[in-house]
Amino acid sequence: MTESGFFASVDDVVDRLAARGYLASAAVATTVFLADRLGRPLLVEGPAGVGKTELARAVSAATGSRLVRLQCYEGVDEARALYEWNHAKQLLRITAGRDEGWEAARADIFTEEFLLARPLLTAITGDEPTVLLVDEVDKADVEVEGLLLEVLGDFQVTVPELGTIVAKRKPFTVLTSNATRDLSDALRRRCLFLHIDFPDAELEQRIVRTKVPGVDEALAASLVRVVGALRAMELRKAPSVAETVDWARTLLALGADTLDDDLVRQSLGVIVKHQDDVTRVRDRLNLSEAGR
Amino acid sequence: MSLPSRLVELVSALRGHGVAVGSSETVDAAAVAGVLGLADRERLRAGLAAALLRGEGQRPVFDAVFDVCFPLGVGSPELARDQDWDLDRLRDELVAALADDDGDAVGRLAGIAVEAFGRYGGGFSAYEALERVRPQTLVARVLAESGGGGGGFTDRLERDEVRRRVESFREAVRTEARRRTAEARGRQRVLEHAVAPSADRVDFLVANRKQLAELRRAVQPLARKLATRLAARRRRANRGHIDIRRTLRRSLSTGGVPIHLAHRRRSPARPEIVLVCDLSGSVAGFANFTMLLVQALRDQFSKIRVFGFIDTVDEITHLVHTGAANPDSLGARVHSEATLSTWDGHSDYGRAFRHFAAHHADAIGPRTSVLILGDARTNGADPELAVLRDLLAPARHAHWLNPERTALWSTGDSEADRYATVVPMHECRNTRQLTTLVGKLLPT
Repeated sequence: MTESGFFASVDDVVDRLAARGYLASAAVATTVFLADRLGRPLLVEGPAGVGKTELARAVSAATGSRLVRLQCYEGVDEARALYEWNHAKQLLRITAGRDEGWEAARADIFTEEFLLARPLLTAITGDEPTVLLVDEVDKADVEVEGLLLEVLGDFQVTVPELGTIVAKRKPFTVLTSNATRDLSDALRRRCLFLHIDFPDAELEQRIVRTKVPGVDEALAASLVRVVGALRAMELRKAPSVAETVDWARTLLALGADTLDDDLVRQSLGVIVKHQDDVTRVRDRLNLSEAGR
Repeated sequence: MSLPSRLVELVSALRGHGVAVGSSETVDAAAVAGVLGLADRERLRAGLAAALLRGEGQRPVFDAVFDVCFPLGVGSPELARDQDWDLDRLRDELVAALADDDGDAVGRLAGIAVEAFGRYGGGFSAYEALERVRPQTLVARVLAESGGGGGGFTDRLERDEVRRRVESFREAVRTEARRRTAEARGRQRVLEHAVAPSADRVDFLVANRKQLAELRRAVQPLARKLATRLAARRRRANRGHIDIRRTLRRSLSTGGVPIHLAHRRRSPARPEIVLVCDLSGSVAGFANFTMLLVQALRDQFSKIRVFGFIDTVDEITHLVHTGAANPDSLGARVHSEATLSTWDGHSDYGRAFRHFAAHHADAIGPRTSVLILGDARTNGADPELAVLRDLLAPARHAHWLNPERTALWSTGDSEADRYATVVPMHECRNTRQLTTLVGKLLPT
């Protein structure tokens, strides 16, 4: 079993992710490098829309490895996450070989041919470099965490009928969580922990200008400042990076080159999604008063 | 001092502040330090945090401990060694640095401020330095200096931004004072006493404004967590009646053999919550905070009723509902619009319970969970245990959350232990305890 060994240094991480359009902060780049070097899964938490899932995609693109994604949801189970026996095919096989004895049939139907690999098993089998993304792991039930422990701790899967399948190549693993519930300590202990917060103003400007090339520097700077101010207001839903980028696109489509009251009032819906928040923001930014 | 012993010092300081770090994590931290080297301090900080921390709430404690264990430098800052700094020069340069938003310069000036104005006893005091420099009085000057930017839309944000920069200067001064004191007096003392506890361990009763704001941020996910837990419990249906239609539908994928049984979903029970809060001055911090939790919860629970009392009970549910947009003023509004006290504003639990039993007893039925919040300090009046017992008899669950330490119960005028014989009483001093309680209180 080999380590993934994708990156040579922290700067290498920054450069190669940037080449794929993902601008990583120092903390993100350092942690990705460590996860790669130490061969540990990476548990990413943070508010919605700061690029948790995007990080896994960028790593996979930057290293030219395949991306295997397990989207967790309430009720996801072993059969959807790990593997499942192809019952229909097994039944067909038994029906087809009517004359043979039970022993022969049993030996035959529990082989890899009848095994349907689900994301976790897919990720650890195969020789090519792999990025495994377990998305929104907090949405899954507690029992699924137990399942993940074996996969993430030792990078192996035990199928009772077949024995233990050990990864030939450790996948680079990213787990994302929105912290809707506490993950168990056992799972956290196996991972490196990374909290991605909203980027600082300078980084966010660069992100906006990378994603929306048509926006000029002054406009990007001022809209990032406004978003920064909104985040400091304790809204029900603080605008995320994705919303900043959307806003930049909207302003570009409206043909704006500077921010003014009317423009902000009209396009506020792009960045603030709750009516309470809209009222609050209008109040704090003196939008209604300036409309006289 | 060698790296391993420094790491061990870091880890034991973290444990002392309630961050559970196992020895395997310490080994990870050493591996991290081995891979990253010690050349870049911020990278080392990020790396160690990744290996040692298990949640973002632990980050402030970690940062403070890290700054003491892996200090930025040794001794007084360079600029302060050979020059004399008077207060005016420092303030002038600080204005320039804040106006330019020059983080490095602000950090340097914080070092100088502690060196020149923060000496206190044998160590250094951030309080002393900040009292002399008074950065909060510089906001107007900084605004004048940065010139308003020429009338653009973003000018109106300027003042708040400058305030945030000033706050970052204050934080830098605190960090620097800890570093210098650690040098002067030994790291151990600073690690034990000068690091603020993480937000989830701050007592509700003594939380200051900034901590209360942090607690407020902790409430939202707590409520959401409660809701997801609740939803998960409702939907789990792996016993009970078999749903024939869905079982047959499922059996099609296995050649007509019903291998996967589907169970009939149970109709979800709607929890009803009645909250009774002591809103007198002594528990105000706690009660205001709990109101926030209630407000966050009202989306999740179909029926929730809130009653406040000091010596008279009044329903304040409608106030909590309409206050959705602005939780800050909720406490003030409750006090001005509801009749909570007819005497002198001292809490009287017995009288309040009698009043509740007389006017609002119908609020508590067989599907209701009752939460009582208060310190059980009745100011010497009759606790009326029998009234409370009858009141709570029809309820499905009843719990009392007490913001005081268990050791203080039944000291002075507290009737906590006597009430505890009627209704299960829990110590609930901080968000951490509240989180555990929320898990326990859920109807199964």
